[in-house]
Amino acid sequence: MYQYNDIDQTLVDERVAQFRRQTEQFLKGEISEDQFRALRLRNGLYVQIHAPMLRVAGPYGLLNSKQLRKLAHIARHYDKNYCHFTTRQNIQFNWPKLDQVPDILEELATVQMHAIQTSGNCMRNTTSDHLAGVCVDEIEDPRPYCEIIRQWTTLHPEFDYLPRKFKIAVSGALHDRAATQFHDIGLHLVKNDADVVGFKVLVGGGLGRTPVIGQVIKPYLEKKHLLSYLEAVLRIYNLFGRRDNKYKARIKILVKETGMDQFSALVEREWQLIRDNNELSDERISAIQAQFVDPAYELDATADLSFAQQQQDHKAFATWVKHNTADHKTPGYRAAFVSLKAPDSPPGDITDTQLDAVADLADRYSFGEIRATHRQNLILADVKQADLYALWQQLDALKLATPNIGTVTDMICCPGLDFCSLANAGSIGIAKEINEALDDMDYIHDIGDLKINMSGCMNGCAHQSVGHIGILGVDKKGVEWYQLTLGGSSENNAAIGERLGPSVAKDQVTLTIVTILNVYVKLRLEDESFLDMVNRVGITPFKEQVYANH
Amino acid sequence: MQIIKDQKIIDNTWNYIADDAELKAGDISVSLARWQQDKPQLLARDGKLGIRLGATDSVAELADDLAHIQLIELDFPDFADGRLFSQAWLLRGRYHYQGEIRATGHYMPDQVFYLSRVGVNAFSAEKVEDLPVTLSHLHDFTVNYQNSIN
Repeated sequence: MYQYNDIDQTLVDERVAQFRRQTEQFLKGEISEDQFRALRLRNGLYVQIHAPMLRVAGPYGLLNSKQLRKLAHIARHYDKNYCHFTTRQNIQFNWPKLDQVPDILEELATVQMHAIQTSGNCMRNTTSDHLAGVCVDEIEDPRPYCEIIRQWTTLHPEFDYLPRKFKIAVSGALHDRAATQFHDIGLHLVKNDADVVGFKVLVGGGLGRTPVIGQVIKPYLEKKHLLSYLEAVLRIYNLFGRRDNKYKARIKILVKETGMDQFSALVEREWQLIRDNNELSDERISAIQAQFVDPAYELDATADLSFAQQQQDHKAFATWVKHNTADHKTPGYRAAFVSLKAPDSPPGDITDTQLDAVADLADRYSFGEIRATHRQNLILADVKQADLYALWQQLDALKLATPNIGTVTDMICCPGLDFCSLANAGSIGIAKEINEALDDMDYIHDIGDLKINMSGCMNGCAHQSVGHIGILGVDKKGVEWYQLTLGGSSENNAAIGERLGPSVAKDQVTLTIVTILNVYVKLRLEDESFLDMVNRVGITPFKEQVYANH
Repeated sequence: MQIIKDQKIIDNTWNYIADDAELKAGDISVSLARWQQDKPQLLARDGKLGIRLGATDSVAELADDLAHIQLIELDFPDFADGRLFSQAWLLRGRYHYQGEIRATGHYMPDQVFYLSRVGVNAFSAEKVEDLPVTLSHLHDFTVNYQNSIN
């Protein structure tokens, strides 16, 4: 995992000092509300319904145990004993006090963390595959490139006041676990005909009000040109992106209105002029790669026999292994999910005591590292199979072992009307209700791979448009209603969900989900996943049942 | 009226000429439109010439004229309008403009570090009393991650 050098640390420390000064000036009335808004957003600070909300960057989802303990400490001392993991691998605190935020940022800086550019119309935290470096289908580890991009995007003098926010995701595997087709720029590590790894570059994807699947702008880009190409795209966007209407200001609209051919010609012309000035050297790439070397895996990890035995002896453990662990490139190791989707807790939330405990487990079983996933869970990525049983027992005691990863109750959910000032409708309450209705784990496992994403408004923080089932809260004359979509996906087969029909009342949402699941169970072919079935039969059979009594 | 130039607070010696005003003697600045309209007269006069660019103006239109221009003002309609950061970069990085680039209008004192990195070397302030603070913000950071102009 990347460790800060003096430059990194100085930059973060100076940023804290700058924001402390800005906050003091604002509180003294020396900076206007409008100006402070732009400055605080670039330090992750929103003003929400109840209190400010602070979004801390989880650089491409990677955290260490020391950082997790710091988050626990902040939750305890500055917040209400919990925090929230987001779909962009960041961490949110819902109850900080404005005048304490500089102190929180100073605490974060002591463990090489910050909240720089986690909101505002600037380049945001770069996200990546939560199984980067350990998965079995990897072309190359994307994390070094994420770190190079993290540095390049941080305090970029030319691109900090963009028309709108700008998000970059990087995937290094065959299976896209980073939703790269729904980012302003998506980067895939790919091999060319000569077997040399470079980047396939996608542009103009995005969710929110107008979901768009990104298009390939550069099928193959040599690694050395990564930063110059990003610079070219950003310069064209900064100069020509719309600034007259914030709903039309994302790069996806510029690409659409300009036309992909014309847009890509503009980028190409710009890039040709700068490509030789800002090359990424092999030395630089190697130096960053050296910070992401494999931990000291035990070579005889497969020799352990207890793992198979314990699965035989303990059905609950076997179930957890099946659903909450993933294959690892190193024989005898698995990646273990820490489910933040316990039935009675808001999706993505974790308490201070759980954070401390997970930090201890990471130290004991997974080389002290933790990852955040874009589906709002955590992962201990490098667990020896011999340790999984002990890990499971401890996670279970912490209520962090609900065996529901990838299932219908592993919902992505935004904070909704409970916290967010943008929201039209609640989402946490609906998630709880769906969880209560679907309390039979065998049924949930029989339903299998099904992703429900639920957002409390059309800004779409919970990516509802790419949920296999998407739920979108809408406001109708002061009443909360919910619009459902089916068939969305953020993975390789990227698709935007199709609207099921008229929105349903709040007290009908759970019933509607149950009806949809019943249709699936009835009509599925053997081993056919929900998404495959929707793609085969379309939405009509679901529509007929859901609206049968209307 | 004072401004910041090259990290010092100095007197502004330039005269602002509105589009409907008569040209004056001495150092003057005019809009891009005025320059394009009255180029011969502007070139024939004594005194230095400055051009004011707005956020929607294209820097490329000035590329062939830069040898005649000693000042370019980047006039911020709003601090959130980041186009002027790219215009400054283009002037220095692409067209190798060596004269003064001055930020004017509604930028924030907190943006001068970035502005100076993309090649802006002079700053006029909405309030003159803000100049010392603005000057100090040029040094908000001692490190950076990217190549730019400075």
